[in-house]
Amino acid sequence: MHIDREISPPFDASTVRTLRAGDLVALSGVVYTARDAAHKRLCELIERREPPPIDLRGQVIYFTGPSPAKPGRVIGSAGPTTSSRMDAYSPTVIRETGLRGMIGKGNRGKPVIEAMRRYGCVYFAATGGAGALIAKTILKADIMCYEDLGPEAIYRLEVKELPLVVAIDCHGNNVYSPAVLGL
Amino acid sequence: MKTIAYENIVTAVEGLCLTAAYDLPGEVGTALAQALGNEDSSLARAVLKQCMENARLAAEERTPICQDTGFAVYFVELGQEVRIEGGLLADAVREGTARGYQTGYLRASIVEEPLYGRKNTGDNTPPVVHLSLVGGEALRITLAPKGAGSENASAFRIFKPSDGEDAVADFVVETVVGAGGNPCPPTIIGIGIGGTFETAALLSKKALVRPLNTSHHNPRYAALERAILERINASGVGPQGLGGSTTALAVHIETFPCHMASLPVAVNINCHAARHATVVL
Repeated sequence: MHIDREISPPFDASTVRTLRAGDLVALSGVVYTARDAAHKRLCELIERREPPPIDLRGQVIYFTGPSPAKPGRVIGSAGPTTSSRMDAYSPTVIRETGLRGMIGKGNRGKPVIEAMRRYGCVYFAATGGAGALIAKTILKADIMCYEDLGPEAIYRLEVKELPLVVAIDCHGNNVYSPAVLGL
Repeated sequence: MKTIAYENIVTAVEGLCLTAAYDLPGEVGTALAQALGNEDSSLARAVLKQCMENARLAAEERTPICQDTGFAVYFVELGQEVRIEGGLLADAVREGTARGYQTGYLRASIVEEPLYGRKNTGDNTPPVVHLSLVGGEALRITLAPKGAGSENASAFRIFKPSDGEDAVADFVVETVVGAGGNPCPPTIIGIGIGGTFETAALLSKKALVRPLNTSHHNPRYAALERAILERINASGVGPQGLGGSTTALAVHIETFPCHMASLPVAVNINCHAARHATVVL
C-alpha cells in the first residue's frame, strides 16, 4: 500500500504541525489504548487534580478494545472503535496531559477539533473492521492499568508500521467526505 | 418426530460463534472486490484493500475479523416435529455462546445491565434469541453477531401512510449519510417496513442476513432497494467516511402487512464485516 510518510511517537508540537489531513502514514513505536471507561477514569483523576497513571506528554492514544490474545499470540483482533464516544473526554485529556495524537474511526466533534488546534494534537483514522490486519502490526502488548476493565484496560502497545490516515490535522483540516461533514 | 440432544445444540452453537467471527461470508468478499473496481480515490482504495486483506488474514490465522465480536443475535427456526432432549433450547444457545466466546478467544462485550453497573458478564451472554416455530423436523440456527459501531447507527420512525415511498427513502438515506464513517462503511442496509413497532425493527435485522444480490420478491420494493442504494452511494460518504463511491454494498428491504393508520420504518446497518453463519440440525 502507498504510504506518504513514516512516523514515530512521542511527537513534539512542530512534528504535529507537519502532519496534513489526507496523508497516509505508517506509525511505529508506542501507543496507549483507552476507550470510554478508561477515559472516564482519567478525567475523574484530572478533576481531582491527581496525576494520571501514565505520562501522556507527546504520546498517542488508540481507541481500541482488543479481543483476547490466543496462547502464543501478542494480542487478539485490535481495530479502532468509534471515536465520537470519546468526544466528551478528549478536550480535557488533550488540555491536561499534553497528548499529541489519537487513533480511532469516524469524525470528531467541534470541541475536540478546537482543542486539537489550540494545544497541537492530531487525529488519525485506522480502518474499522480491520482488526486482524492491525493485530499483525502489534509486536508487544502490556497492561499498564485498569486491568479490572477487561478489554477496556489501558495497554501499552509497541507497533510496527500501523497503517493510518491523518483524518483531522492540528490546523483544522478534515479529510472526511463533505457528506459526513454536513457540507 | 425427531429428537435432538441438548449437547448437540450446544456444540453446534459453539461452532457457529467461531465460524462467524473468523470467516467472512464469501459473498461479502466478492462485493468488496467489486467495490474496489469502482473506486478512484486512493484513500477509498487503500481502505477496501485493507478490508479484503483483513478478511483473508482472519480466516487464515483464526483471528476475529473485528475485535468487536458483537452481541450474539440468533434467528432460530424450530420444526414442530422436533423434540429437544436433555434441557431447554434457550439454555443450550446460551451455553454454546459462552463456550464459543471463551474457546474462540472472542471478546466479551455484554454488560449485565444498561444504565448503572455496566459490569461485563465475562462470557458474552446472554445472547438475543428470536425463535420461530416452523413445520418439519429440522432445527435451523443462524447467528449474526452484531457490533455496536453499526448497531448504534440504527433508526426507527413511524410515518403517516400518506408520506409514501419518497419519505421512506429520504429517512433511510439521511440515517445512513448521518452515520458517516461510524458504522464502518461500506455497509449493508437492512430496512423493515410495516408491521408494528417491534416487527419493523426485527425485519430490519432479518434483512441483514438475507444473501447479498437477492431482491425483495415484489418488483416495486426491489426497485426501491436499487433506488435507495444508488442515492446512498451518490452521497460520497465512501469507505470509512473518507469519501468515495461505495458507501453501501447492498440495501435489503423486508416487509410485513401493517395497520391502515400506520407506516413503521426501521433501519439497521451492518458494517463491512457482515458476519453470519447458519447450521441445520
